[in-house]
Amino acid sequence: MSTLVAPPRTTNAVLSTAVPNPRPFRLVRHSMALAKRSLIKTWRTPEALIDVTLQPVLFLVIFVYIFGGAVAGSTHDYLQFLLPGILAQTIATGAIAIGVNLNTDIAKGIFDRFRSLPVPRSAPLVGAVLGDVVRYVIVTVSTLAIGYLLGFRIDSDPLRAIAGCLLAVLFALCLSWLPVFVAMKVRTPGAVQGLMFALIMPLSFASNVFVSADTLPGWMQAFVDVNPMTHLVAAVRGLFLGTPVGSHVWWTLAWCAGFVALFMPLALRAYRKKI
Amino acid sequence: MTADLVIEAEGLVKTFGKTKALQGVDLAVPRGTVLGVLGPNGAGKTTAVRILSTLLPPDAGTARISGFDVVRDAERVRRTIGLTGQYASVDEDLSGRQNLELFGTLLELGRAGSRRRAVELLEWFDLTAAADRPAKTYSGGMRRRLDLAASLVGSPDVIFLDEPTTGLDPAKREDMWDVVRSLVTNGSTVLLTTQYLEEADALADAITVIDHGRVIAYDTPEGLKRVVGGQTLEVRPSDPAHLSRIAAILSEVGSGAQADEIRKGVLAVPVTDDAALTESVARFAAAGIAVTELSLHLPSLDEVFFTLTGRTASEDDTTSLKEVAA
Repeated sequence: MSTLVAPPRTTNAVLSTAVPNPRPFRLVRHSMALAKRSLIKTWRTPEALIDVTLQPVLFLVIFVYIFGGAVAGSTHDYLQFLLPGILAQTIATGAIAIGVNLNTDIAKGIFDRFRSLPVPRSAPLVGAVLGDVVRYVIVTVSTLAIGYLLGFRIDSDPLRAIAGCLLAVLFALCLSWLPVFVAMKVRTPGAVQGLMFALIMPLSFASNVFVSADTLPGWMQAFVDVNPMTHLVAAVRGLFLGTPVGSHVWWTLAWCAGFVALFMPLALRAYRKKI
Repeated sequence: MTADLVIEAEGLVKTFGKTKALQGVDLAVPRGTVLGVLGPNGAGKTTAVRILSTLLPPDAGTARISGFDVVRDAERVRRTIGLTGQYASVDEDLSGRQNLELFGTLLELGRAGSRRRAVELLEWFDLTAAADRPAKTYSGGMRRRLDLAASLVGSPDVIFLDEPTTGLDPAKREDMWDVVRSLVTNGSTVLLTTQYLEEADALADAITVIDHGRVIAYDTPEGLKRVVGGQTLEVRPSDPAHLSRIAAILSEVGSGAQADEIRKGVLAVPVTDDAALTESVARFAAAGIAVTELSLHLPSLDEVFFTLTGRTASEDDTTSLKEVAA
């Protein structure tokens, strides 16, 4: 430990007040640095991805082989119909994890360190949200890969297929401000998980994920028609299968904008108040 | 007040629900010195540090760091401070190096600058061998060193250390003290909170004693020790039969005060200066008395509090610590 007595400041050109003045785009750069932190964490703990990789496997296998014959007459037809829906459901569920992680993080003190640094207050949250994009890409790729193994085929073209994937990732990215907001408001990670599940599950079942919406009773159709999940699924389904997408892409984008416009300011405000 | 106060706080008040964490605290730290803030759990030490480091706005009162107000000029304050404490930690999933590089980036050191600073600090804190392991695999002492290193990335002028040695074994504690001393040698100003008078005495130029959110004493270590009774010399003879002869010697060495048997076979006497130790060694040798233990002790926090407030720094405050932390 004799090394401890060496001078800590002199060898470096940056002396105390010489921490440079903020350069432009600080929020962007700091958020990216903090997003990298989330990436490293995902990389270090791949087991945290189990939920989002196992869930689509289970749902696809269960629904395709148990209900496929009854719902669509053939398991292949049902797989074609179901996969875009499962992708949307899985990616929306995957967005819950960020709330759970943030709630854990804030209790640990690393956020206090961030707040004692000359870093924009929102950067740690923005960084965490951006860092999770990689998770959504992994979800998308793994769900498609499993679908392919089971026999799913894209009937449109690669460009539209990629557009469908990007739309799903964007949806999760924007939706994740809701769990972030919840994470700022409740006390435990478990509560974030429970509350978000209670919100996401009805959204994914009272939708066109599993069955075509026109088979549902009228009162439920009213809900299904405005459900953001319905629009996302219809858009992705159209983009994957080459069927008409109608206004669903626009509706999905509108919902994305809505999530960010509403929950991002709420989350940032709650974050400032929380600590 | 004198010109070069780096940390100045006047009348800080902070209330959490029913808990009055701070009830009008004043602090003043001149440049290049160490202030020890001494107090039991729940006294308000951490709350004071959180206010001074811009994490928490005070309900009343003002505080300035290097002349910048911690509320109005929080951004500039953050550029001159480093914070280490129970609540300002590192990311456990990241390695030591990744943590330091992240803070370097956030402090605008640039990619190369962050990398260089991380290497330098890892080296300095003897963490090079563990640099690329996740921080959660570090031992308690290593974690503490990494926490401190993380607060020094930006070469801050002012360093807050919130109980830097709590939970460390004595050897690690002394290492940490060396670090603090070298920080001051390099021109930093340090405010450290502690529950140990011994620690404050070893490091601080001045000591502020806080209890229930109020300053109950502010003095130099020497001044405080004069008030609370200075040091105690403790002796355990190899042969208990020598106790009475030792008691006689101690009374003479210790400025006339009566020696007490504080534990079975251990005599203690209050002394006013360190020379008493060497003198007693010489006297025991001359008298041919062998001793197995001989040590100088500062009063414990409990004794300090008993002298200053007439009651002990009891543990009744452990609950309010949690409230302060919340």
